[in-house]
Amino acid sequence: MTGIALVIASALLVGLGALVVLFWALSSGQYDDLDGDAERILIDDDS
Amino acid sequence: MTLLLRPAETADDLTRYVHGEAGSRSFEVAVNGARCAGCIAKIEAGVRGIAGVREARLNLSTGKLRVGWEGAAVAPQAVLRRVRDLGYGAQPFDAEATLDADAAQGRLLLRCLALAAFGTVFTVGLTDALWYGGDDMSAAVRATFYWLAAAIAIPVTLYAGQPFFRSAWSSLARRRTNMDVPISAALLLSLGLSLYQTLLRGQDIYFDAAVMLVLLLLVGRYLDFRLRNRARGAARHLLAMQSLLARRIKPDGDSETVSARDLVPGDRVILASGERAPVNGLLESQATEVDNSLVTGESAAVPVLPGAPLQAGAIITGPAAVLRVTARVEDSLVADLARLLEAGQQTRSRYVKLADRVARAYVPLVTVLALSVLAGWLVVGAPLATAATHAIAVLIITCPCALGLAVPAVQVVATGRLFRDGVFVKSGDALERLAEIDLAVFDKTGTLTTDVPVLANAVPPAVLEDAARLARASRHPLARAVAVAAGAGPVAQDARETPGEGIEGLLEGEVCRLGNAAWCGAPRDGSARLWFRRGDHTPVGFEFQETIRPEARKLIAALSMRHIAVEMLTGDRGGPAARVAREAGIANWCAGVGPREKAAHLEQLRAQGRRVLMVGDGINDAAAMALAHVSIAPGSATDISQLASDMVIRGDTLMPVVEALDVSRRARRLVLQNFALAALYNVTAIPLAASGLVTPLIAAATMAGSSLLVTLNALRLSWRRAA
Repeated sequence: MTGIALVIASALLVGLGALVVLFWALSSGQYDDLDGDAERILIDDDS
Repeated sequence: MTLLLRPAETADDLTRYVHGEAGSRSFEVAVNGARCAGCIAKIEAGVRGIAGVREARLNLSTGKLRVGWEGAAVAPQAVLRRVRDLGYGAQPFDAEATLDADAAQGRLLLRCLALAAFGTVFTVGLTDALWYGGDDMSAAVRATFYWLAAAIAIPVTLYAGQPFFRSAWSSLARRRTNMDVPISAALLLSLGLSLYQTLLRGQDIYFDAAVMLVLLLLVGRYLDFRLRNRARGAARHLLAMQSLLARRIKPDGDSETVSARDLVPGDRVILASGERAPVNGLLESQATEVDNSLVTGESAAVPVLPGAPLQAGAIITGPAAVLRVTARVEDSLVADLARLLEAGQQTRSRYVKLADRVARAYVPLVTVLALSVLAGWLVVGAPLATAATHAIAVLIITCPCALGLAVPAVQVVATGRLFRDGVFVKSGDALERLAEIDLAVFDKTGTLTTDVPVLANAVPPAVLEDAARLARASRHPLARAVAVAAGAGPVAQDARETPGEGIEGLLEGEVCRLGNAAWCGAPRDGSARLWFRRGDHTPVGFEFQETIRPEARKLIAALSMRHIAVEMLTGDRGGPAARVAREAGIANWCAGVGPREKAAHLEQLRAQGRRVLMVGDGINDAAAMALAHVSIAPGSATDISQLASDMVIRGDTLMPVVEALDVSRRARRLVLQNFALAALYNVTAIPLAASGLVTPLIAAATMAGSSLLVTLNALRLSWRRAA
């Protein structure tokens, strides 16, 4: 039974961790300009 | 979308667009025309090159350029000028409430979606363990599982269900109902019932159903949001089109920069080459040339003589001009069209979407059904708790989960497919409207024809060949037309081109000239636009006509085959119009129709009950396009008509119009099929739920099943090619 409890607890932790990361990414504006970010990768910064 | 003119704004006034404290200021610019990585790099590097600018970042999705600097060293005007010099439209950006609200809503939906997905995984895991292994568990473990599921499902549903709760509440506050009312009722009631059952150690736990419902509905909602958001993005582009500032000549001869709004009739304004006339007026200075494409849709430069009228929106392409103002900004043509456009868009927003029409019938039906189930069980003597449980089961089962996905799923697949085929669909309901049309109205210039001129008059072959030897050296459209007419051949030696005048070269030792009338010493009259003179011979004139798109005839035939009547409306003269109509195979056409008459004609057709598709490209079509049931603009269209239209065709062909029509009709069929599937599911599930036979497991499984079915059905749109 302790095994189940551990599995559930750790799964919840991992899930919550992923949620926290996603919420952080959202609020720091990483989803604000999906079109721009897709294009920006093509900009040659070295020149 | 609002198309109102911006408030008064003088040169000094720009400071009010600047945010932040001294030391760290920022300024936002709406950039028009940026589309790719090259544009981003060019604009950001250009603006960063201004001394003092610390940061410049362009958001391609919203078209917003954010410029940050330290101290007060940077003038906002310098930023605007730099972006305009790079060839993009730029206007100070009034941090618009609506746009920020859109971004915030998108973020909220994503956050809700992620949370609902998280909740679904855990709640379904926990409850499934109970369904399948509950009998082997001790009572304490079962209770722990229930409470754990409750602890996850209740906060997740309450948070992730916000979009539905809010919409339901605002709808109820206006004494109306929408689809979100039964959704919210089902969510809240199922949570309440499940909590009650958990307290009693009962079996009817709907936590998994509630969370899954939120997740599936949010998917539909998010897809819908993405579609609508793309459409709104287009609205901003009009901002960058209206000239705001003007240089007024003071009585003492100096000039001052004023807001276009402050101009009154009688004022004199200087327009440099490349500037746009902010208001209607009369040309006071020397003759010049203007590009009227914003006004008429015809992009060829038109000569303007002193004293002739100039309309707002005309761009000076010749020498600088002085304009005597005849109308205020709000009475000028562009503002007029913007008003017409806005009026048209308001009429269109009264269109009731298919899903809303279904919802209107659905909501009362479901409410009555649930109430009668409650009453029925009470009448046969069941306790209140049991009766309520069965009534709530009916509400949960009938929750329009598949209905919520039925429309957005199809529309996303349809717009995705049309995008690949070169049609950019700006809103989902545009597809619904396109499927209903019975009449297609086309504009002529720029829509059925292209700007590429072709030689129209018969020129002696020897002269044509001589002219072509000069013409082959040039990239000017008229020269290209001569070269095309003559075919491949040699190029004259030492051909030199003087931009705006013509080409000069030697042919067998004789000086030859190809160019405008003055360049060749020809009389400046008649319809010839290009002249050729060899040595001392009399100059020969070349006339041109516009080219009809090669696919025009095929397009009209394809539309007739689909039982769509076709009309052509044009501002052009009768002669060219008749030729184009004949060659394209259009029987009904009208020439000499101005922008207002076009709009009036569309209004009249609407009053007759016709559902009209308008295809046009010029600003003169914009008002008519906004009034039409649905409208399509070719990619070469002016910004304002791309803005007014529901769909924009990429690429240089009109055939996607037919493709869009076919896809929209099939999308409509699929949506109706989806409604039927959802209804079928409800018809079979409701009696089971009403009689108390549905377990929470069945409810959850059928819900997921019907949503999957609807989504798969929508995907068929991208699998099978249209006939």
